[in-house]
Amino acid sequence: MSGSCSVFHLAQEEDDRHFEMGDYEGPVARWCSGCGDHSVLTAVRRLLADEQLQPENTVFVSGIGCSSRFPHYLSTYGFHGIHGRALPLSTGVKLSRPELRVFVVMGDGDCVSIGAAHWIHAIRYNVDMVALLLDNNIYGLTKKQTSPTTPQGYSTNTQPRGSYLPAMNPLEATLGVTNASFVAQTAEWVPAHLFATLKAAYRHRGFSFVRILQRCPHFTADMYGEAVKNPGMVELLVHDQGIVAPEIDAMFEHKRPHDPSDLDEARALAEDMNQIRLGLFFRDESHPRYEETRSLPHHTAADKIRILEEEFDRYAV
Amino acid sequence: MAMKLQTVGPGKSPGAAAGSARVHRTRDHSVEIVSDSGEGAQKCGQIFGAVSAKMGNGVWTVEIIPAEVEPPPRSIAGASGIRIRLGDGPVTNWGDETDLVMAFNEQVLLGRHRLNALAPGATILLEDQWATHPDDAVRAQWDAAMEELGEAGYRIIGVPMEEICLTQVENARKGKNMFALGLLTWIFERDVDRVKEQIAHTFRTKPQKVVDKNFALLELGVQWAGENLDFRVEVPTATEVGDLVVMNGNEAIALGAVASGMELAAMYPITPATSVSHHLGEVFERFGGIVHQAEDEIAAAGVAIGASYAGKCAFTITSGPGLALKTEFLGLAVMTETPLVLVDVQRGGPSTGLPTKVEQSDLLAALFGQPGDAPKIVLAPATIEECFHAMITARRLAEIFRTVVIVLSDANLATGVAPFPRPEAREAWQAGPPDQSAVPEQGRPYDWDPRTGLSDRFIPGRPGGMHTVTGLAHDERSKVAYDSASNQRASEMRSRKLAAFQSTLLPPEINGADSGDLLIVGWGSTRGAIEEAVERCRGEGLAVSSLHLTFLSPLEPGLTEIFKRFRKVMTVEINYSDRADAPFVTSENRRRGQLSWLLRATTLVDVDCWTRVLGEPLRPSAIARAIRENLPGGAP
Ligand SMILES: Cc1ncc(C[n+]2csc(CCOP(=O)(O)OP(=O)(O)O)c2C)c(N)n1
Ligand code: SF4
Ligand SMILES: [Mg+2]
Repeated sequence: MSGSCSVFHLAQEEDDRHFEMGDYEGPVARWCSGCGDHSVLTAVRRLLADEQLQPENTVFVSGIGCSSRFPHYLSTYGFHGIHGRALPLSTGVKLSRPELRVFVVMGDGDCVSIGAAHWIHAIRYNVDMVALLLDNNIYGLTKKQTSPTTPQGYSTNTQPRGSYLPAMNPLEATLGVTNASFVAQTAEWVPAHLFATLKAAYRHRGFSFVRILQRCPHFTADMYGEAVKNPGMVELLVHDQGIVAPEIDAMFEHKRPHDPSDLDEARALAEDMNQIRLGLFFRDESHPRYEETRSLPHHTAADKIRILEEEFDRYAV
Repeated sequence: MAMKLQTVGPGKSPGAAAGSARVHRTRDHSVEIVSDSGEGAQKCGQIFGAVSAKMGNGVWTVEIIPAEVEPPPRSIAGASGIRIRLGDGPVTNWGDETDLVMAFNEQVLLGRHRLNALAPGATILLEDQWATHPDDAVRAQWDAAMEELGEAGYRIIGVPMEEICLTQVENARKGKNMFALGLLTWIFERDVDRVKEQIAHTFRTKPQKVVDKNFALLELGVQWAGENLDFRVEVPTATEVGDLVVMNGNEAIALGAVASGMELAAMYPITPATSVSHHLGEVFERFGGIVHQAEDEIAAAGVAIGASYAGKCAFTITSGPGLALKTEFLGLAVMTETPLVLVDVQRGGPSTGLPTKVEQSDLLAALFGQPGDAPKIVLAPATIEECFHAMITARRLAEIFRTVVIVLSDANLATGVAPFPRPEAREAWQAGPPDQSAVPEQGRPYDWDPRTGLSDRFIPGRPGGMHTVTGLAHDERSKVAYDSASNQRASEMRSRKLAAFQSTLLPPEINGADSGDLLIVGWGSTRGAIEEAVERCRGEGLAVSSLHLTFLSPLEPGLTEIFKRFRKVMTVEINYSDRADAPFVTSENRRRGQLSWLLRATTLVDVDCWTRVLGEPLRPSAIARAIRENLPGGAP
């Protein structure tokens, strides 16, 4: 690698290294045993190896929460930020180094509550990155407080008589924002679907928003218990342009064909909270990506000085 | 006694004719042009200021901005305009009071009068159509204003601006400013061709017929003044005018950012910082730079930190309320040792405060605003020229010391316009491309040099350097570390960087004798006014000196030793402090100027303070008065 321009082409450069899943492994993850975050970590490592991502050109950005420990357990670059603010950090990374592969990991409090403004705007910016919402419907790290996605009536430490408000629906919200370009839902307890969804999200050019239903056995063991045991409770969205995971075909009896280019149907399906649906709700690659819209030709230091002199001329007396 | 308006005009002249006007020679003269907003007073003043600088005068211009975008016309609070101070040498501040005023109506004039902006005996050229206006209410306002102004002893000369401008334009509101420029051109004997050149430059994007109209109005002004005015003003000009540029502090910050090689400015609009992004918005893309208007100030800080983390130092621009919002992210940048430049163009606070007015009230928030110990570098440019260089310095320091550098500018610098020597841009000012070299084997992301706390940064793309930075306590390998020894050591290392940096700084220079009765200490935009006041007082024989700090964190070295050579040390600042003799106030509970808190704590010297929050820059005369009153043992 030489010269200043080479950094813009790194990811495309030929690489004779071969990466195995183990090459992305960091220190042992310290989540509770049975925590759904473990499954997501495994699926992500599998994706990294499957896509042969160069560890030095891959960045995982997170906020604060159990789920946000994620980058520590990988051997790529990582930025474990502050609560709710992973998206501004990742946007900055991509604006300055668009060639880096960026993943964002957030919890439901992180993304849907304290980081809500950034989440809404990140959808609109449509920067090319994969944003994972690890939704356990609870604040895990701070020990069982109500989150915006906690079901109404569910008892927590801050609302022991049950949460007062109906749960917020992150899919519906995401699909309502201008420029939404990839919106999917998966569950960490269906590894094949999780992996296929991550893969599709990574392959999508734009802001890929994936809500991952995540078990938190420590605080909300009852939350998805039924659905885990009984796949009949889950409906798969199927389409040849959607999430394609033949391994699980036999597992789920309820399948609904859904064309991911149909935004109206996507919204209607997302809105209905009585049914757990996994699959690709919406994809539209036509939206411009912010970092490309803002991308500019590179200038050398000497170029810049020449232009600066022209600027001084404007102010000269 | 009601003011009698001097009505002059062809045939009614008080005897003036070109050539016979009395010439008032002075080394220092201030002019104001005040109007309703939208009447172009500022453009008139800017052109006049630029031409004056070209002709060899020292110049400082400052805009008079009403709080609302479009205040009702002819309102006292709606005065919009500009002050231009001319000198025979460099002018470093807005001065005291105005000697000459062009007012487009008597209400805005009254507004300036009530703010004590006009010198006793000032000359005022006032649009006189209002005296005979068909509306009774307007005439009544005029009469009342004349009554009030009459007390002050101004010389008010009526000028039929409207009448004359209507010969050229349909709407005189759009022409009076160029007519007024003509008056100024004649009074100060400015070169008419140069004025035209500047007009053409200012309206370069407009069709030629607009420029021609403005030339015609200018000439009418020159002609009217020649036929009717009986005075001129001469401020000697320097013969040698080197290469100069003229701009305001925000433009200087924008260009400084460009010169530093930074390529990303993340911001959220807030007065008086926003115009930095306006200037950048205009030019930054030509340099390959992005102005990212984020969804809020928090996001703006995050985007800048993300960009810096990825290897290209970025900056964020804000004012007080935005600084408050960025607090948590500043802590993260300090903790992860990610370079970040933050520009705070200070305004009156707390809360929404005085959005368009100057204050220096964010000093302690900049130093200590983060919960936990968050050592960072804080510096404050004192002049418009320094605004430019501050950005270049800030970028370098942020990268070398892997920390946050806060640049404290303020509304006075942001809107003040002054010429300064044209910088010679250097490649060395710019950041190089991100380091993509492989990390040495066994390298650690925080391999702190135990003496200096410095370490090499492993930015994404560097093979072998993969690690996760975190706002949690961590060790040299960036591993989360909750143990006591690691936290103590990491805190020491982050702090050590400031001491190491301070060891490279020189003690501040003293303006005046290096010992005496009183030492005034200032920081930021007050430098010009303080030094002018100190010079005046030294001229009166007082043993006063001053010292101005650029670095507030770490403080410049040698202060204790310098302070000990003076009988008294006092800061002069634009922020709030209790008067020492106010009810209930004791020397223990007195709330002091922000720099004086800092200096008392660091030097153990009993540093006093004199501070004001008047929503305007300090006037040299007010500082001089404070000096006389605070001289130990009293003025001789
Ligand atoms: C500004 C701020 N407020 C509050 C917290 C405390 N806090 C840490 S994590 C968290 C919520 C975590 O819940 P979630 O985002 O759902 O992540 P999970 O732990 O469930 O994965 C909170 C409130 C914090 N770290 N920072
Ligand atoms: S508390 Fe819940 S979310 Fe957090 S690690 Fe344990 S199981 Fe996972
Ligand atoms: Mg959660």
